[in-house]
Amino acid sequence: MQELTNMIREVARDLLKQKSVDLIIGFAQGTMPLCSTPCFVRQDDEVDRLIWDSFCENNLAKYLVKRSNKIAIVAKGCDTRAVVELIKENQISRDQIVIIGIPCQGMVDRRLVESALNGKEIQEAEEMNGELIIKGKIFEKVLNRDEFLCLSCKTCTHRNPVIYDILVGDPVTEIDTKPYLDVAKFEALTPEEQGEYFSREFAKCIRCYACRNACPLCYCQECFVDSSKPQWIGKTTNASDTAIFHIMRAFHLAGRCVECGACERACPMGVDIRKLNRKLSKDVKERFDYEAGLSLEQVAPLSTFQPDDSEDFMLHP
Amino acid sequence: MKAKIIKKTDISSFLDRLVKDYEVFAPVEKEGLINFERISSGNEALFDCPNTKMSPKQFLFPQSETLFSYSSTKDTCELEVPPGPEKPQLIFGIRPCDAMSFTLLDKVFGGDFKDPYYLNRRANTIVVSIGCLSPKATCFCTSVGGGPFSTEGSDILLIGIGDKYVVQIVSDNGTKLLDKKGLEDAGKEKLDLAAGVIKKTEAAMNPGVETEGLKEKLDNSFDDPIWQELTEKCLGCGVCTYLCPSCHCFDIVDEAADSGGKRIRLWDSCQFPLFTLQASGFNPRPTVKERFRQRVMHKFSYLLDSCGQIGCVGCGRCITECPVNLDIRQVLNSIAQLEGVK
Repeated sequence: MQELTNMIREVARDLLKQKSVDLIIGFAQGTMPLCSTPCFVRQDDEVDRLIWDSFCENNLAKYLVKRSNKIAIVAKGCDTRAVVELIKENQISRDQIVIIGIPCQGMVDRRLVESALNGKEIQEAEEMNGELIIKGKIFEKVLNRDEFLCLSCKTCTHRNPVIYDILVGDPVTEIDTKPYLDVAKFEALTPEEQGEYFSREFAKCIRCYACRNACPLCYCQECFVDSSKPQWIGKTTNASDTAIFHIMRAFHLAGRCVECGACERACPMGVDIRKLNRKLSKDVKERFDYEAGLSLEQVAPLSTFQPDDSEDFMLHP
Repeated sequence: MKAKIIKKTDISSFLDRLVKDYEVFAPVEKEGLINFERISSGNEALFDCPNTKMSPKQFLFPQSETLFSYSSTKDTCELEVPPGPEKPQLIFGIRPCDAMSFTLLDKVFGGDFKDPYYLNRRANTIVVSIGCLSPKATCFCTSVGGGPFSTEGSDILLIGIGDKYVVQIVSDNGTKLLDKKGLEDAGKEKLDLAAGVIKKTEAAMNPGVETEGLKEKLDNSFDDPIWQELTEKCLGCGVCTYLCPSCHCFDIVDEAADSGGKRIRLWDSCQFPLFTLQASGFNPRPTVKERFRQRVMHKFSYLLDSCGQIGCVGCGRCITECPVNLDIRQVLNSIAQLEGVK
């Protein structure tokens, strides 16, 4: 990891020196163990703040929208997919950004590690050769990092950047996984069981909108939940209002969600937010053979129309 | 100090007796989250657990509450105010940091403008806190006027000494609660042990933040460019404010249908764009910079002016739960270290 950190810094230093960019968005050391934090570098002497480790969990594409200057972004596979979508949706132009692509080995979920320690506080943590060395006041534990990956990283099929200008590090092998196995399992439940599952999950929601705000593709000028004229949904944590928020958000992300899992990691209450998004991603994949954020050329299926589109959902008199 | 003594193994049956007269809330683990939940027997409560995910402010200031409901016909209009709680409530196992937040809420909702909804709940609430034996690295209660064994806001404070708790009685309500419960007085030996525990725990705490002179620094750095730098990564979500025990801003909405409806008060967050959006469309706090600055200024400057108390109890929830690790300690320390600002 130190090697990747050094390479990122070198690239960043060059970009700033050559004045190719005004800003570099990457990660810095966080203030807690197992925690990195988004970082904005504009000066040569700030470059050494940049790091790379197993805790760079945020999707930095979030910070690209509404910027006018030239930006370099340190991007994992999922960040690059979000960048692709943002370019396609005209939120940023391709020539405005320099993508520093990093092949990703999956990010470690701090909360999973914490839960394996039965509430004991982590005071220090180190990463070495695929292992996490966790130290607390009266304990030391060595964990296999791959067992503590974020849920979205466990199902990720695009760890390598799909688009980049500079690649830092060697490409990694993509996981050999049967895609959407988790969704297929969920689809096998009865509608009642599915409904109960979502009711239980949404009951945890406190409407803090961390999911929406962490999502790189949630950039609406005015989110439908904030609209007051008309007011589409109520603002309390009433079960139906909360459900409508999550369902509508998922539909708005259908065919756009890049499955980075930023929503779920941002959620303080542990709501299974990805379930809906994954189901819709699977539907889009099956019906339109489309996965969001993989190519700049492929037309987004839900924002286009062709006269010969299948319309079997239409009810003819 | 008035104090009794109770064996830790007797707490559960002590709670069983209270459940009859009070709605008792205590930390409970549910779906992987530790939160205050209503318990019907003492053995449901967790005693030695990390602090709850949500703060207990919801028991005095719920996330949403109906202020009144109404129904009207062509000639009549009827208003109905929801009845208050049937039984008094008892919050058990609250941390001293969270209990201290109640003293701030008391000043906000019981100051010049008396809030009957809050005050009614408060008058019907008993707070039994447990002193915090293992403050986390992200805790900084001692920097903001509290401490792991602070009695502020509590009626009773339990201090763990080995297999017993010293039961410190803080208020008249605390005295009443323990009346005829048959607990022995804590002798000098036990009180000395408790004092030792308090001293040792406080000494082991992290330095936290320097609040000396911070208000003046904040007041003089309102327009400093550092705010842009400090808040650039903020996502503008409501995690910090909703999980905070001290944040108390609210919105009022009407939910109406046909000829009836209700007026509801609900938590609001200064981090949301709607918080200050004016009817004209103008927003005096247009970006996360102004919004996050507001949160810090409100807590560490404005509330000192209006209530004489800092609006932060150092529980660390906003630090551990922020999706982008925007650490309030770093923000405050950066302001404190600003040069050229008084």
